[in-house]
Amino acid sequence: MAEEAQPANLAASGGKANRPALALHVPEPKYRPGDTVDFSDIDIGKAGAQPRPDESAHPSEMGELAYSLIRVLGEDNQAHGPWNPRLDADTLRAMLGHMAMVRAFDERMFRGQRQGKTSFYMKCTGEEATSIAPAMALASDDMVFPSYRQQGILIARGYPLIEMINQIYSNKADKLKGRQLPIMYSSREHSFFSISGNLATQCPQAVGWAMASACRGDSRIAASWVGEGSTAEGDFHSACTFAAVYNAPVILNVVNNQWAISSFSGFAGAERTTFAARGLGYGIAALRVDGNDALACYAAAQWAANRARGNHGPTLIEYFTYRAEGHSTSDDPSGYRSAQEREEWPLGDPVMRLKNHLIASGEWDEERQAAMDLACAEKVKETTKEAEKNGILGHGLHHPFHTMFEDVYEELPWHLEEQAEQAIRERITKFGSERPFG
Amino acid sequence: MSPESSSVTETAVEAATERRLNMIEAINEALDIMLARDPDVIIMGEDVGYFGGVFRATAGLQAKHGKTRVFDTPISECGIIGVAVGMGAYGLRPVPEIQFADYIYPGLDQLISEAARLRYRSAGDYIAPLTVRSPFGGGIFGGQTHSQSPEALFTHVSGLKTVIPSTPHDAKGLLIAAIEDNDPVIFFEPKRIYNGPFSGFYDKPVEPWKKHPDSIVPEGYYRIPLGKARTVREGEAMTILAYGTMVHVVEAVAREKGVDAEILDLRTLVPLDIEAIEASVEKTGRCMIVHEATRTSGFGAELSALVTERCFYHLEAPVERVTGFDTPYPHSLEWAYFPGPVRIGEAIDKLLSE
Repeated sequence: MAEEAQPANLAASGGKANRPALALHVPEPKYRPGDTVDFSDIDIGKAGAQPRPDESAHPSEMGELAYSLIRVLGEDNQAHGPWNPRLDADTLRAMLGHMAMVRAFDERMFRGQRQGKTSFYMKCTGEEATSIAPAMALASDDMVFPSYRQQGILIARGYPLIEMINQIYSNKADKLKGRQLPIMYSSREHSFFSISGNLATQCPQAVGWAMASACRGDSRIAASWVGEGSTAEGDFHSACTFAAVYNAPVILNVVNNQWAISSFSGFAGAERTTFAARGLGYGIAALRVDGNDALACYAAAQWAANRARGNHGPTLIEYFTYRAEGHSTSDDPSGYRSAQEREEWPLGDPVMRLKNHLIASGEWDEERQAAMDLACAEKVKETTKEAEKNGILGHGLHHPFHTMFEDVYEELPWHLEEQAEQAIRERITKFGSERPFG
Repeated sequence: MSPESSSVTETAVEAATERRLNMIEAINEALDIMLARDPDVIIMGEDVGYFGGVFRATAGLQAKHGKTRVFDTPISECGIIGVAVGMGAYGLRPVPEIQFADYIYPGLDQLISEAARLRYRSAGDYIAPLTVRSPFGGGIFGGQTHSQSPEALFTHVSGLKTVIPSTPHDAKGLLIAAIEDNDPVIFFEPKRIYNGPFSGFYDKPVEPWKKHPDSIVPEGYYRIPLGKARTVREGEAMTILAYGTMVHVVEAVAREKGVDAEILDLRTLVPLDIEAIEASVEKTGRCMIVHEATRTSGFGAELSALVTERCFYHLEAPVERVTGFDTPYPHSLEWAYFPGPVRIGEAIDKLLSE
């Protein structure tokens, strides 16, 4: 640990007699802007080396898996060990296709925000495997409670791109009626819960959904995603307690991408132990996974899903990965971390690793990859143009004014009806009509 | 609310037998009926299962309806409400209990940012049909952590409904309506009057509910629509707006002083029965608001503003507010804090003298 802060004012420690002075530890990341990065101290273990316990194993029998890294894809681009999910080439190509699509989508939407088409965007670059692979391992009607960086789930579940863009533009076709910050999607049809901007609230909700499913003798399970930074929220710990107490059929995913805006994982406790180890204290099965290895991510989620479905209880999975870009369009990581971190990240890039595995298996090649990347970019571009016909943020093509007051309650109470009348009156005063843009 | 539901209520009251219940028994009966009627209803909270709750509101329900319908929870209000939101998203209709309203704060984010916003933010994709039951208010020597009246916090949140019964009859009908409501409802139960109406004259013997006409509780299912006030007493001299325990206190004080007050029991703070308030104040020309909660930014401030905005030209005197003081609820000086007969009586005199 770095140098300890000394009390600035010794008088403030008056009355300590001859007891030693206390010192407050404030965590500091290893590298700041301009620093040379050396990640050789991160023990990534060896692909294929980790044992795969039975899905009904007691958490105490598999404690080591909370500290090591489950890895499948080796340096040789081959799949190794008992965690190899042995997916067929078509499934792997589909997975790679989803990852390429998410990357193309992120690229275009980020640019759209810079061009003033919307207020905000969040990329998931470098973390694609942590949402796409688990989404593919779950059944399509298992309920997911995502955080804000799991757009990969929607892509993997076939949610129409145009709906995502309409939401990002908050335009008149936005299914959420322009009420939510861009990327805070919701789709009941795709068993995808409404995303909240308040962090970790989705964790106990996923547990509650899973408890309800169990109450009803249903077969569907739930899964939540949360960043490592927000595991510090009380909600995360409530979720772990309830999941353990009721043996809930739930998967609690923690995406450890090392950074919570500008705060490194040390501010969530990473200097002391792993995030997966949180599970052990609750008696919850815990897996720590190479989050840039799509096969390992898939295998871990599949293990946890089987465990939940067999009434063996919850699993906490830590995906060890790296947030390759800024937190959001409102963030500039060059102000707080070294640009070398991304290049030096010891677990590489998830898209490249899956692509190289398929190529090494003789199931793919660079030409097909280039064609696929181009096709993804084209599709996103076309869909974006299509969505723009429904409007972009702030250009008037929004939902009718009265919708602002709807859905606060099931029925409109008198006070909201009065306020709606006022809002419409203001509109007419300003523009001469309620809908000046048609 | 539909006109049918009001007529159902009236018919049920007319058909009522002389069966008398206290408020706890009425709440227990409402929960029992809803558990039987609707397989989606589940009850959870600290000590509510086998034991039946620290106030006995859920007594016998686990034995009758089973452990997966009525169960104990960890001591985590954030977890209780968060889990209930997830259950609501699944399609259940959870009725979580928060053991004391004073304990609800760890669950506020789940209530305010999640339950209250879910319908809006998902454009109706998901709803949170929870009814959060919680005993509130003082007068039981509960000290600062078992006596608070935090209702104003919840009325300030768009998307929440806040309901407070004042009689066993209303507690049952309002709770059934709250559980059936598709919006999240905060159902605050005035624990001082669980076992008997309270006159505010704390040095006089406690009256049991069985002597009160509103302890006649019809058997079976009935609902009282949310958003409808109850006229406790008609009168000409002034309008008194109150809810929960204070309904009984103002009734006793008005009787003691021989004031011909019209007393409205609001029953639901949001949505508020503004029509009943306007009609009464326009008739009497004077308005007093009484609540036990602290004064500054209390719900009385909202009521006072509404009455002033909407009935100003009918008012013959400024609106009076009688409230608890802006201090934590003290233990030994509980009755000095409580807006009792002296404070209310003084306000009545002032209002009538202007």
